[in-house]
Amino acid sequence: MSIKKACILLLFPVLLISNKVTVVNFEQLQNYAANKNNDTLYVVNFWATWCDPCVKELPAFQQESKKYAANKVKIIYVSLNSGKELNKVQDFVDSHKLGPPVLLLSGDNPNVWINKVDTSWSGAIPATVMYKSGKKVYFREGDFTSESLDKIIQSKNK
Amino acid sequence: MKKIMFISAAIIALCSFTITGYNVGDKATDFKLKNIDGKMVSMADYKDAKGFIVVFTCNHCPFAKAYEDRIIALNAKYATKGYPVIAINPNDPNAVAEDNYTTMQQRAKAKNYSFPYLVDSTQNIAHTYGATRTPHVFVLQKSGSDFLVKYIGAIDDNSDDATAVKDKYVENAVDNLLAGKAVNPTSTKAIGCGIKWKS
Repeated sequence: MSIKKACILLLFPVLLISNKVTVVNFEQLQNYAANKNNDTLYVVNFWATWCDPCVKELPAFQQESKKYAANKVKIIYVSLNSGKELNKVQDFVDSHKLGPPVLLLSGDNPNVWINKVDTSWSGAIPATVMYKSGKKVYFREGDFTSESLDKIIQSKNK
Repeated sequence: MKKIMFISAAIIALCSFTITGYNVGDKATDFKLKNIDGKMVSMADYKDAKGFIVVFTCNHCPFAKAYEDRIIALNAKYATKGYPVIAINPNDPNAVAEDNYTTMQQRAKAKNYSFPYLVDSTQNIAHTYGATRTPHVFVLQKSGSDFLVKYIGAIDDNSDDATAVKDKYVENAVDNLLAGKAVNPTSTKAIGCGIKWKS
């Protein structure tokens, strides 16, 4: 077998199962959720691989994603790892089967975009913002339990 | 019982959401906290200081690590001008073991800290100041026996790359105070590790 063939054979299943982390700036991020003018509830979770409480609450979001797969709820995972840590984030996403989508927000000045997410946000993570019909319907700085997250999503998804 | 648990969870959630603390212009309280050498440190000990660069930071947080050299540089530049750095670790070591006192001592020794690195074991000072993440800076100006909050926020606008910084917020604030000018901006935000509060 040629090396090329072997590579393609090996790569093909990887491409199928892997969820590639996309690096975005803040404006691009807004197009995933805040600027979507439809009746889907977009849940944007800000996390990082180094943030223990973030990692701890991720399964709750994954659970919600499964639960509401047919009910117009879309979870968007936004990593705030350094842009230099893209590979680290990709490894984490692969091993935890996170998303899609998983985005890595990089390049813009946090002092500007943190306030655009919510003026009450200090910048500590985890933080979660929800949008529906192009409007912000919820923001929280802090972590969730499965129960508290489910309750909020239920109430916002009516 | 379930209902009570839910209500108490809701109250806890509500309380942790209400962020109190200082605004720019407020009088900051002095503290008496244990340094890595075992001695207690207060701002009142610094008779000749014109003010302080109070930095809530810790051992484990990647942002705190990214800024460690810049915090050392701040003290090197401003201590002699009357604005020394005082670093305070507010994190509960039971939440993150790396933030314990011994590791604080090791970091300070390894990096040759020229400023105190204090432990806020009750977390009262972090709560009172309204620190939420690490690193989180409060620039204070001495006015008589008061310490006035002049700047709250990030050290600069680029945690990733010190060479790509455009705005050195803390340096600008202190430079302006030294020149008798108004501080602008007086507060900034940055991503950081949330302070690990005692549960």
